[in-house]
Amino acid sequence: MGMTMAEKILAEHADLKRVEPGEIVNAKVDVAMVHEVLGIRIAGMLREAGINRVWDPEKIVALLDHWVPPPNVEAAEIHKVCRSFVKEYKIKYWYDMRAGICHQVLPEKGHVRPGELLVGSDSHTTTHGAFGTFATGVGATDMAIVLATGKLWFKTPGTIKIVIDGKLSEMVTAKDVILHVIGNLGVDGANYKAVEFHGDTIQELSIDGRMTLCNMAVEMGAKVAMIEPDQKTIEYVKKRTDKPFKIVKADKDAEYEEIINFDVSNLEPQVAKPHSLENVVPVSEIEKTPIDQVFIGSCTNGKLEDLEIAAKILKNRKVHPDVRLIVIPASYEVYLKALERGIIETIIKAGGIVCNPTCGPCIGGHLGVLGNEEVCVSTGSRNFIGRMGSKSSLIYLASPATAAASAIEGAITDPRKYAG
Amino acid sequence: MSKMDIKIRGRVWKFGDNINTDIIIPGRYLTITIRNLSELSSHTFEPVIPNFAAKVQSGDIIVAGHSFGCGSSREEAVLVLKHLGIGAVIAESFSRIFFRNAINLGLPAIECKNITKKVEDGHELEVSLDNGLIKNLTTGETFKASSLPDFLLEIIKAGGAINILKKKVKQ
Repeated sequence: MGMTMAEKILAEHADLKRVEPGEIVNAKVDVAMVHEVLGIRIAGMLREAGINRVWDPEKIVALLDHWVPPPNVEAAEIHKVCRSFVKEYKIKYWYDMRAGICHQVLPEKGHVRPGELLVGSDSHTTTHGAFGTFATGVGATDMAIVLATGKLWFKTPGTIKIVIDGKLSEMVTAKDVILHVIGNLGVDGANYKAVEFHGDTIQELSIDGRMTLCNMAVEMGAKVAMIEPDQKTIEYVKKRTDKPFKIVKADKDAEYEEIINFDVSNLEPQVAKPHSLENVVPVSEIEKTPIDQVFIGSCTNGKLEDLEIAAKILKNRKVHPDVRLIVIPASYEVYLKALERGIIETIIKAGGIVCNPTCGPCIGGHLGVLGNEEVCVSTGSRNFIGRMGSKSSLIYLASPATAAASAIEGAITDPRKYAG
Repeated sequence: MSKMDIKIRGRVWKFGDNINTDIIIPGRYLTITIRNLSELSSHTFEPVIPNFAAKVQSGDIIVAGHSFGCGSSREEAVLVLKHLGIGAVIAESFSRIFFRNAINLGLPAIECKNITKKVEDGHELEVSLDNGLIKNLTTGETFKASSLPDFLLEIIKAGGAINILKKKVKQ
């Protein structure tokens, strides 16, 4: 019997020939990513445990992204702790607040390679499965253990194969696909599982789109979400790293716990209503819902492709006077490319507010926190109660296209009216 | 490993499905962690239960439906529960990162099918960690939860994974 992608990578990293779902293994980590959690908890834990060096300073990537630049004294203090830690422990890859959101920065700077095992101190670390990497999020204590030892225990997950076929209509994006999938499978639809995305829709998706898909797989509980590397993956990765890597694909006779098929040929833009990812509906069901704010950004949808489709809709149009549109590129690389292509200019001329790369309002941190009963269309990943501010505010999750169209109309809008 | 059985006894706070980490502790308060854990904990469950922190008693047990702790990887979601003295969380299922975080900080996280159908708010429970038996002292019913593997019980008994790491470093 063959193995799935997740099983193969785990087995290799645990020095085993094969692993079975449910088997607990101790696996070697190739890359560990930390953001502000380093300063909030991990640095203190390691110091208190008497650990004065990390397992391998060259395998650790650290940066600041959640509260950048610091909106309050506590955040500034957390950043100071991070800075002194990376100096003292000689962490090789340190980007401070000069790179962007971790999940965009990691692949951009060549830290994500197919076939490797990557852990991050952030739940959306599943993003990197878009490159055929076994990538998963862990909490502060697990990360402290990884930084000290380079190893972590994993329970081998069973794998769900999700096959997505069909050509997406114009203005229908990877975000709509993943909202549709989560809406169907539920927020625990892949709990503890590895997900593999297959099908011709996935092959057609850009790297940006694939990252959005894998990013949100954690919202249905997935431990990892993976896409088999192809020419697009290899080109992207080789441009950014000289380190060798190994393409891992699933065996033809791999055993899946479940195979689920979706045909997205006629998929409408999708929206997740407050306060759960299970409340996904086609945009037509809630069109004309009035809104106060639109947020385009986050690790889910702050990529170049996302800003590009938003700008296409906003070009020569104006944001509705009752709405504030906040746009946050996910990284400085995205920001610069968007500047070069005139995307930022288009957004500003339409009346949008462009802020520096950070998680910002997606976690209710700053740069667009919601007031009482305010309604926001967000391209982020979570519409949980109170996530972006007041607990009486409402978050509707949608694609950048739906978000931009809604910003113009002042109400939730089907972006297909701006197609062509 | 020691077979010292840990028994947890406490009053139930019952929640529904999909209690996410933003409900347990909203993200916008997380920076407070570095300054004052009590202040951070005062916001526990703020979006759904006003003043939970003032009402909860040490030893109380949280009972919930499926996907408890889904969402963010923030370990603060466990930290605040520990700080308020929560004795255990029993849920129909856990989100995987929350589950790992709970064990890592020594908070028993126990899976029990249909628990929300057998237990009401305010009931008193007694949980035996080693054999996974849950006794509802209010109704007299006893039911079986899935028991934790030995290596996870060991982490709980050590008071958290960092204590085990400390021991290893000393050796």
